[in-house]
Amino acid sequence: MTLLGGKKERIDRLGELAGAPEEQGRSLWVEALRRVRRNPAALVGAAILLLFVLIALIGPFFVPYDPTDPIGIENGEVRSGAGIIPGPSAEHWLGYDHQGRDEFSRMVVGARQTLWVGVVATVFGLAVGSLMGGVAGAAFALGGLWGKRIDSLLMRVTDVFLAMPSLLLAVTVAAILGPSLLTVMLAVGTIAIPIFARLLRGSMLAQSNSDYMLAATALGVERKKIAVSHLLPNSLAPVLVQGTLTLATAIIEAAALSFLGLGNPDSAAPEWGVMLADAQGYLDVRPALAIYPAVAIIITALGFTLLGESMREALDPKLRK
Amino acid sequence: MFRFIVRRLLQLVPTLFGLTLLLFVWLHRLPGGPETSILGERGTPALRARIRHDMGLDQPLWVQYGKFMKRLLSGDLGTSVSTHRPVTTEFLERFPGTVELTALAMTIAIGVGIPLGYYAARRAGTARDHVSVGVSLLGICTPVFFLGYIYKQIFAVNLGWFPTSGRQDVTIDATRITGFFVLDGLLTREWDAAADAFMHLVLPALTLASIPLAVIMRITRASVLEVTQEDFVRTAESKGLTNRVIRGRHIMRNAMLPVATTIGLLTGSLLSGAVLTETVFAFNGIGAFLVTSIDNRDYPVLMGFILMIAIVYLLINLIVDVSYTIIDPRVRVR
Repeated sequence: MTLLGGKKERIDRLGELAGAPEEQGRSLWVEALRRVRRNPAALVGAAILLLFVLIALIGPFFVPYDPTDPIGIENGEVRSGAGIIPGPSAEHWLGYDHQGRDEFSRMVVGARQTLWVGVVATVFGLAVGSLMGGVAGAAFALGGLWGKRIDSLLMRVTDVFLAMPSLLLAVTVAAILGPSLLTVMLAVGTIAIPIFARLLRGSMLAQSNSDYMLAATALGVERKKIAVSHLLPNSLAPVLVQGTLTLATAIIEAAALSFLGLGNPDSAAPEWGVMLADAQGYLDVRPALAIYPAVAIIITALGFTLLGESMREALDPKLRK
Repeated sequence: MFRFIVRRLLQLVPTLFGLTLLLFVWLHRLPGGPETSILGERGTPALRARIRHDMGLDQPLWVQYGKFMKRLLSGDLGTSVSTHRPVTTEFLERFPGTVELTALAMTIAIGVGIPLGYYAARRAGTARDHVSVGVSLLGICTPVFFLGYIYKQIFAVNLGWFPTSGRQDVTIDATRITGFFVLDGLLTREWDAAADAFMHLVLPALTLASIPLAVIMRITRASVLEVTQEDFVRTAESKGLTNRVIRGRHIMRNAMLPVATTIGLLTGSLLSGAVLTETVFAFNGIGAFLVTSIDNRDYPVLMGFILMIAIVYLLINLIVDVSYTIIDPRVRVR
């Protein structure tokens, strides 16, 4: 039961059902990797991401024009006049943007900025959320009565965050910190904090009843050591999967903040979300300016989502036969 | 059951209290203040200070918080700084719009999402399944405001089938009873007003429905797939029951549990204000007003609205939990 189970997948499962001997002693991660590799959806997602990361990393060195240079502007008018923004040509593959800059170069360089925003936001949310969730989960599992109180307190804090509409949370953070690129990253990352916290805690609680935990406790392993080297590594899988999915939503939410006017104020620096938000004002003149970044965002988000969902399915013990 | 509900309601109190404290400290950290949006560029330091003094903003934060809580506990949310009307009035005027929008959006999402999810699950692994899943993923990955603009450009600007913005055409002089524009039109038999209000809802609701639709579709699909593999379904099939009976009585009834939960949670999050959709369609709901209020540093509105939203959201979560025990007798509340 995979997202896009192919013929090969079904044949393999038939084989397993017919009593073909299972390979023995594979770890959770090896098994999960095998399942991800066999899943076409995961492969499509991974291919999209590879392309995206490649463009983001090396693309900016090969762009034909400076993405911040308004080369198309002559005497304050975008060239070929009459307020019309010129479309694709042999020299400018995607035409000019509304300020006479080369759209193709902006798209390529924008990939790097977009990736950067997504990664920093996700890492921020994951780090803070995991710290909260990890402390809560470890305290609950190992800390006795006081541990349960610490856990309860931390979870009430996440409840407060969750009770606020997520976009509003981001908007408030953005307003407090003032408009900048870092603000966008932190605001978008904040939304994800309670999700990561609850997820890691839940995962740790589920692990806390397992035999290896009992064994470690019985052997008299130090509680701190149990938490860090037994409980945590075994509970991380769902958090990492959520991280992949959050990368997708982070890119979309960053675009939403730009749309609400709380994005990076330096709109010369190309980022897909900012470009999309800027282009809304020129939909009548040249809708393509909105469509390029929108399609790029959708495809990238799709890549992260496909990969993340496939990983989630691969790690789901209910689906493992 | 009664004790469970009471205990859950009591648990809301510390959460809401924490929220007021957090919000209060947090919002007052916003750079600038209401005086900036009132005075604009003209403000001299002396004028600013006088306005801050008049509004009590020069007092220590904990004194301000104490005053706020005192008023809150007597049911007074204060007066908006920008519109000079009671926050409660502002909320009651806008919330019905958001409710109408949510209702239509969820109707679309449920009406399309559940059948589509069932359809995909029953054909799992086929091309049709892949297409359905792919489309639902696209729905999740498309920025909402972009989708809104596309709908607006095609169906409102180019084709002219729907109005571009607002809740009601300005030329229609409708009688207001409840604040729910469609309902008002029906109650007062002003059919043209009801129809017009409905037409104003269609595009925003379609925009807003995209993500819930995708989520409901995927949950339904996963849930139906799981139930289909159960022994009792095989038994039903081998007994020779018709597909309709198996689908209705055996599969759907069991598969709907997680779907019902998801629908509840999604409704809660939509009611908390569709900021982006409302902004694109200039729809006078709570979401768009909240963003404006952040710009205006309208503290009373921000505190009041977010608190009301949180209460609605938390109550819906409670209803979801309770309804779960009603749908599935096996779930026992403790």
